[in-house]
Order: sequence, then C-alpha cells, then structure tokens
Amino acid sequence: MVENRPLTNFCSHAVLIFAIAIIAFPIWITFVAASHDAVRMTQTPLPLLPGDQFFINLKDTFTQGVGNAREQSVGLMLMNSLIMAMMIAVGKIIISLLSAFAIVYFRFPFRMGFFWMIFVTLMLPVEVRILPTFEVVANLGMLNNYWGLSIPLIASATATFMFRQVFLTVPDELLEAARIDGAGPMRFFKDILIPVSRTNIAALFVILFIYGWNQYLWPLLITTDKNMYTIVMGIKQMLEAAEESPEWHLIMMTTLLAMLPPIVVVVGMQKLFIKGLTETEK
Amino acid sequence: MAEVILEDVVKAYSKTEVIHGISTTIADGEFIVIVGPSGCGKSTVLRMIAGLEKITGGIIRIDGQVVNKLEPKDRDIAMVFQNYALYPHMTVFNNMAYGLKLRKFGKDEIKQRVDQAAQLLQLEGLLDRKPRQLSGGQRQRVAMGRCIVREPKVFLFDEPLSNLDAKLRVQMRLELRKLHERLKVTSIYVTHDQVEAMTLGDRLIVINEGAAEQIGSPLELYEKPGTKFVAGFIGSPAMNFMDAHISRDGQWALMQGDIRLALANGGVPRFGGQQVIIGIRPEHFKIIVKGPQSMLLTVDHTEILGADTTVYGRFADTPGLITIRLPDIHHFKSETILPLSVAQAKIHIFDRETGARI
Ligand SMILES: Nc1ncnc2c1ncn2[C@@H]1O[C@H](COP(=O)(O)OP(=O)(O)O)[C@@H](O)[C@H]1O
Ligand SMILES: [Mg+2]
Repeated sequence: MVENRPLTNFCSHAVLIFAIAIIAFPIWITFVAASHDAVRMTQTPLPLLPGDQFFINLKDTFTQGVGNAREQSVGLMLMNSLIMAMMIAVGKIIISLLSAFAIVYFRFPFRMGFFWMIFVTLMLPVEVRILPTFEVVANLGMLNNYWGLSIPLIASATATFMFRQVFLTVPDELLEAARIDGAGPMRFFKDILIPVSRTNIAALFVILFIYGWNQYLWPLLITTDKNMYTIVMGIKQMLEAAEESPEWHLIMMTTLLAMLPPIVVVVGMQKLFIKGLTETEK
Repeated sequence: MAEVILEDVVKAYSKTEVIHGISTTIADGEFIVIVGPSGCGKSTVLRMIAGLEKITGGIIRIDGQVVNKLEPKDRDIAMVFQNYALYPHMTVFNNMAYGLKLRKFGKDEIKQRVDQAAQLLQLEGLLDRKPRQLSGGQRQRVAMGRCIVREPKVFLFDEPLSNLDAKLRVQMRLELRKLHERLKVTSIYVTHDQVEAMTLGDRLIVINEGAAEQIGSPLELYEKPGTKFVAGFIGSPAMNFMDAHISRDGQWALMQGDIRLALANGGVPRFGGQQVIIGIRPEHFKIIVKGPQSMLLTVDHTEILGADTTVYGRFADTPGLITIRLPDIHHFKSETILPLSVAQAKIHIFDRETGARI
C-alpha cells in the first residue's frame, strides 16, 4: 500500500525522526563527552556541544590507559574483543552449517533425535550453564586464552535452526542435478549449498559478531590475566574508580571506539545482510 | 549412445507400490516418450533410470550393464529437470562446465566442449550471465547444454517444456527434435502432454496408474489403441465412447437410438451378443446426405477455430455430448440435425469390462 497524503507523510516522518533522536541522543552525548577535557566533564551543566579535545583524548586513551583499567592498553582490549567476536561468529557459522547440512541431507539413525537435542540447547544459554561450563573449561586448561573465551559460546541452536530452514528452501533438483554432474556430498556442500546460502551466512555473521562483541559475563569469569581482558569488561572497570572521579572524557572515548567495529561490520555487510533476511528465492 | 532395457521394474514407497512392473527395450539412438496423466508414475520411472530413486524390483540395464546399484554419476546419463535446476550462483559457462570439471577434464577440452554446445544452442553471447538474467527459453537451453557437453549415453527429460509459454513450447519442441536428429543420443522424455509426445517420440510408452498400457509408435497408438485408456488419452479432442452391443452374428454394433454400425473385416463374430464400448475419433465423422445408414446428430453448440470447427451434440438419447471435428468453418445453429457416417475401419471396439481392444 502506497499512500501519498501530506498528513500521513508528515506523521510518519515525525515518528521516524523522533525514534532516530531517541537512539542518536546518547551516542551524541558520548561523542560530546569524548571531546572535552577532564575538568569540563566534572562541571554542571554537562556540555551538549562538542569541545576541542577529541584528538587529544583519542591519543591519551591509547597511550595512557583509563582509570582503574590503566594497566591494560585499550588497543589490546579492542584486539581481544575483535578476536573473540570473530572466533565466535565464524565458529558458530561453521558448526551450524555442518550440523544443519547433516540434519537436512542425510538419513542417519536418530536424526530427529539429534535435531531436537540441538534444539533443546536453545533453553540453555551460557548464563544458565555457566558453572559447569566454567568447570569444563578450567579442567581443559583453557582459562585466560582465546579458546576458552570463544569455544563455550560457539555451539548454537539458533544458527543451526536457521540454516536448516534455509537448506529446506533449496530445491531438491539442485542436489539431484549435482549428483548427476558427479558431485559427492561435500562437493555439493562446498560448491553449491554454501554459495547459494551466501546472503544468509552474511546476515547471520553480522548478528553473531555483535553477539560475540557484547559478551560480558563469560569473559569476566574466565579471564584473570589482564592481557586477555575484552573492551566491554574494560569499560566496566574504568568506571570503578576508587578515589578519583571517573575520567568520563576518556571512558566515553573508549566507548566510541568500542562501538566502531560492530558499525563497520553492519555497514560493510549491509547489502548482503538485508538480502539475507528478505530474499526468498533460491 | 546405448540401449536401455527395463525388465519388470517395480517401485514401492514403503508399502504402496506406484510402479507395477514395466518392461521395455529402448533402442540405441531412439527418442522414446513416456506419457500419461499427472501422478501416474512417469517421473518415478525416469528417476529410477537416472538413479535418483532406488529400484524396488526388476532390473535396469544401460548399454548392457546392470545399473541398479550404480550412483547417478556412474550411469553416464544426463538429465533436464522441469524447473531446469541450474546452479543459481554460477554463470552459464560454469553451469555447463561443472560436470566436466568434476570429471577432471582439462581446461581446453572443457572450453571447447562448452563453446561447441553454446554454438549449437545459440547461447554464445550469454556464457557470462547468471541463470536469473536469462529468459525461460534460454534457461531451458542452458539445461540442455549442461547435458550435451557431457556426451552421455542417455538423455533424460522430465517435462522440460512445461514451464514455457505455448508458443515457445512449440518452438523448443522442434529444436529438441532437430537436436536429437543431429546428436542421435538415446533419449527418454517424460511429458503429460500428448501433443508433445506424438510430435517428439519415435515411440511412446503410455503409462496409467503405474503400469504401461501400450508401447508403440505415435501412429500405432493413434490408429490401433490397445486399450480404452490409450484411445481416450491420445488424440485431441479426445475420442468419443458410446455403449453398444454386438449383433449375434458379429457384423453390427447396435447403439441406442437405433443406430447400426457395420463393422469392418467381417466383423467380430467371436464377440456376438456382447456388451462393448464403441470408440470413434471426432475427426472421423463425415457429413453425408441423409440416408438409412446415417447417424443423426442433434447439435448442442459449436466452437469455430478457423482451420476447423468442433461440433458438440447428441445422438438420439445417448448420455453425454459427442464431439465432432469438421475441417473448415461451419455455422450450425443449435438443434440442427446433422446426418453423419464413419468409415468402418475407423470404428474402435473395446471390452466393456477390461477396456481391452477387440
Ligand atoms: N517420495 C514419495 N513418497 C511417496 N509417494 C510418492 C513419492 N514420490 C512420488 N510418489 C507417488 O508416486 C506416484 C507417481 O508420482 P510421479 O512419478 O511423480 O508422477 P508423474 O507421472 O506426475 O511424474 C504418485 O502417486 C505420487 O504420489
Ligand atoms: Mg512428474
């Protein structure tokens, strides 16, 4: 339905602008705070317009470290977060592509049993199984490294389920044509199924990368080595200044930096992302 | 190129048998059409030959070798699907080349074969396109090309033209036939469209409910249908069927409304006195001068198609409408009475119980 009445137009624009304002305002405040010096940030009223300290703050953030988290470099924490988020996103995609492939295309005993087992794990997110998972990871000696950070978060029922639905929409004839052409199961998987699901993979990557990037509880639990801290943990620690007041200008700068990689991923994959969520024709 | 032999081939899905034992020999280089109404099991037969469905019983041989246990790729066949099943993310070139690449052909050989097929199918300018950038007819050709480059022993087609519009279908039908005459590869073609079957096939296998009703050349099926089913299925408009009984001496078929048809070749004395079904094709009725032997048709309505006219009407009190096809344009008012006759040789008689030809 396409209507073109001035009043409707005006109202829908008003609603959209209002919603954008609600979302954008905190980000704007973050940006403003990151561009003033420490003194200005302790005075009221808080500034609403940017100051001139942005690049100085940027330099300080990287060179000095911030507040309580002064011993960890922001750069290293960003790197840790990036590696963890990538491992989680890529790992989840690989595991769930393979398990969905097995469930859709192979007739093995207890196939549906396995499917439901995977499905039931939906009810067991990390927070619920955090103690036993910690125990396992500790026993495997994976505390304080990237494997420990990412592997327990990789198993994914949601992604498996989604790929199952995607594979079910791929016409059987495609498999049959490939079989006649001489492709074995893994060939078909690699040459046809994955390229055909390309946009869905991209969409899922975006969602999973942000999921991984935002992890807080799990990294907090298994990292004691400061060199393994992630940026989300770091920001929290920066706030816990004992004597002095928090260095808001630097904390906000760090926050801006922490927002950057998810934005890059979303913007970079936007086209594929939208296609993956809306495209139905295979 | 190869002979394909089916020996008592049976297919069952769990407990339900859908193919009840089909046997035939398809000669080397022959174009055979499997035809029948939708759901009769045509695709199932084809897919068993392709190796996409397990064979429940019987034997299939391709080029002398029993293929029951072979994977599709080892049977040396190629197949065109109804929805073409082109790989959507590959270019036309790669769609055609994929099977060759998997079979470890050299780059030059692949290129040469694809180019040759592209030329044959007039796809030269389209090799870099993706399937979604092609029209239906072009996709159809790419699907053909994918088969041709492999140079298989047997081509299999599953209703390849049914997604095209009527005009393109006629054109592609002709191209398919020409292609077959050039390549002479044994071809098995499935369709529900009897016109397609009649025009394409060297021989037809008519399937009804999982059993082969009759196997023969298009003309054989048209002139001597073996069963009432085949008689009704082949030919358009469909054959007229009327209840009748055979006179005691077997020389006449007697129908309601005092219609008496003299039977050819000394009649059917063995069936004297039996209840039968008479079949007459719409195009075999002729308008004659009214006489004692003429059948009187009361016109119900007509459809004028230009080249010919289809008249629907009734004989006395026969149930249902009788269809008659007359060449040229005729304007008959409803309730007009037309005196008709039929050549003796064009009268088909079927057993009322079994439907078998008498
Ligand atoms: N996978 C299947 N499981 C059970 N029955 C099937 C299956 N595939 C086809 N059939 C049945 O087999 C019969 C023949 O199907 P098919 O060969 O596709 O017919 P068509 O002549 O239209 O190509 C149909 O009655 C169909 O319901
Ligand atoms: Mg079919």
